[in-house]
Amino acid sequence: MSAICIDKLSVRHDQGPGTNVIEAFDLQVEEAETFGLIGPSGCGKSTLLRVLAGIHRHWRGEVRLLDQVLVPGRRFAASLRVNVQMVFQDPYGSLHPRHNVQRTLSEPLQVNGIEDATPRVLQALEEVSLPAAVLPRFPHELSGGQRQRVAIARALLLRPKLLLLDEPTSALDLSVQAEILNLLNQLKAAYRMTYLLVSHDRNVIAHMCDRAATMHAGKIDRLVGRAELSQINSDRSTGPAHE
Amino acid sequence: MADRPLLSVRDLSIRIRAAHAERTIVDGLSFDVGAERVALVGESGSGKSLTARALLGLLRKPLSISAERLEFEGRDLRSLKSGQWAALRGSGMALILQDPRHALNPVLRVGRQMDEVLRIHQRLSAAERRDRTHEMMRAVGLRDPDRISRAFPHELSGGMGQRVMLAMMLVGGPRLLIADEPTSSLDESLRDQVRELMMSLVEQRRMGLLLISHDLRQVARYCERVLVMFRGRLVDERPAASLSSATHPYTRTLWSCLPSGRTYGTTLPVLIRDADGELEATP
Repeated sequence: MSAICIDKLSVRHDQGPGTNVIEAFDLQVEEAETFGLIGPSGCGKSTLLRVLAGIHRHWRGEVRLLDQVLVPGRRFAASLRVNVQMVFQDPYGSLHPRHNVQRTLSEPLQVNGIEDATPRVLQALEEVSLPAAVLPRFPHELSGGQRQRVAIARALLLRPKLLLLDEPTSALDLSVQAEILNLLNQLKAAYRMTYLLVSHDRNVIAHMCDRAATMHAGKIDRLVGRAELSQINSDRSTGPAHE
Repeated sequence: MADRPLLSVRDLSIRIRAAHAERTIVDGLSFDVGAERVALVGESGSGKSLTARALLGLLRKPLSISAERLEFEGRDLRSLKSGQWAALRGSGMALILQDPRHALNPVLRVGRQMDEVLRIHQRLSAAERRDRTHEMMRAVGLRDPDRISRAFPHELSGGMGQRVMLAMMLVGGPRLLIADEPTSSLDESLRDQVRELMMSLVEQRRMGLLLISHDLRQVARYCERVLVMFRGRLVDERPAASLSSATHPYTRTLWSCLPSGRTYGTTLPVLIRDADGELEATP
C-alpha cells in the first residue's frame, strides 16, 4: 500500500492571474518512507501539502491517501482527519496565542471524543522531551524550539500514520534544528510513520529522506534517490573558503 | 589588524529594567574590530542583535548599557549626544538589518531614503547626490536606478530590497559595517549572491565588518575571526580557520550540528538543556 498516491494533480488559486500553482503533478510515497520535496519559494510545495492535509480543497486529479480516495471540494473522512497530521513552518503562527499548552494539546483529544486526556497529554510531552511544567505556559512563554516541539506533540497525539512537515525547522536556529530533526527521526522509528518533508534546504532533505524530488513551477523536476542524496554535502562544510 | 582598532569594546553590559527588577541580558562583552571581517555568532536570544544596536546607540529605555570602554576610532561613544550619534551613523558606522521590508521606511520612495544619507552627511548638490546614489545602486547590481529610485519598498522583491539597504548603508562611505543576519530573510539562491556582493564591497573599500549570524559554518567562510556568544556572554573567540578544531563544547556543537547527506541515519550532536534553555551539560 502506498501512503500517498497522486495522479495528474492540478491546483489553481481563485485569486491571482489564474495560472496553475500545481500542474500535472504525479507522486507516489510508500508506507514508512521519508520523502523529501526540495524547491525554491513559490514552486507550490506548501500548496501541495495543504491539499494533502485537506486544508485546500480546490483541485483536480486523483489523490489517494492511505488507500482512501480523496474527493475535491469535500472534507476529509473522520479516519483521515486522525491519520494525517501536519506540522507548519512557524510554530508561532500555528499555535493559538491565547491557548496554553494544556489546552492546545487537549483539544484534538476532546474533538475526537477521547476521554481522560491528561495521561495522553503528559505522554505526548514526554515523547517530545518537554517537562510537564510547560503545560500552563502560553506560546510566547516558550522558546522557538519548545514551540515547535509542542506543535509536533499535537500532531502526534492522535497517532497519525502520515505526517506532513512543511519546513519544520526553517524558523529555528541551527542548533535547535538538530534537536528537532533528531526528535522526528526517533519518533518515526518508534511509531513507523510516513513523512512527507518539504524544505528549501537540501542538507535537511539529504539528512532525513529515503527519496526526494526537486520541484519547480508546480511540477516535479526530478526524482532523487538515496545514493545521490548522500552526495549532498553543504559547500559550507569545507571550512574557510574566502578568497 | 591595524594598529588601532576601529571599534574597541570593554566590559559592555546591557540591562533591562522591568517590574522593579533589573536583568542583565548582555554581560561583560569585550572585543576589538579592526579593518577586518569579524563574525559574532550565537543562537537567538543570545544578545547578539542587542549588542549590534548598542554599538550604534540605538537602545532605548527600558534597556540601558554600561561599558568600561566603548570607542570608535578613538572616540568615546558613551558620551555622544544624539546629534553626534546621527553624524556618526551612516558615515562612520552603518547597520544592515535582517529584513529590508521592516528596515526601510514603507512610505518613502527608495530614492528619497538614499538621498537622505548624503544630505545629512555631505555637502553636495542635488545632482551630485543623485549621481552618487545611482552609482552606488549600480555597484550593488541594481541595473535600473531611475526606476528603483521611484519605487516604494513594498514594490521591491526581498533580494532587491536588501541590495537597496546595502547601497543605502554604503553610500555614506562608512568605515565599519555591522550586518545583523543580512541574508537570512532571503531565499537560498539569493543568499549567496547578496553575501558575495557584500563581502566584495567591504573588501574593495577596506572597511571593517562585524557580521552577526547564527550559522557558524557560513561565517567561517567569509570572516577571519569569530566571536561566539551564549546567553549574553562571550564564550569563545578564535580565528575562523581553526574552528574545526575548536575546544569549547558550545562552539563544537554549533560547528557539527549541521545536517547533510553524510549524516543520514545518524543522530546529530545537540546541546543538552533544561526547561529554561540553560545548558545542563555538554555532549
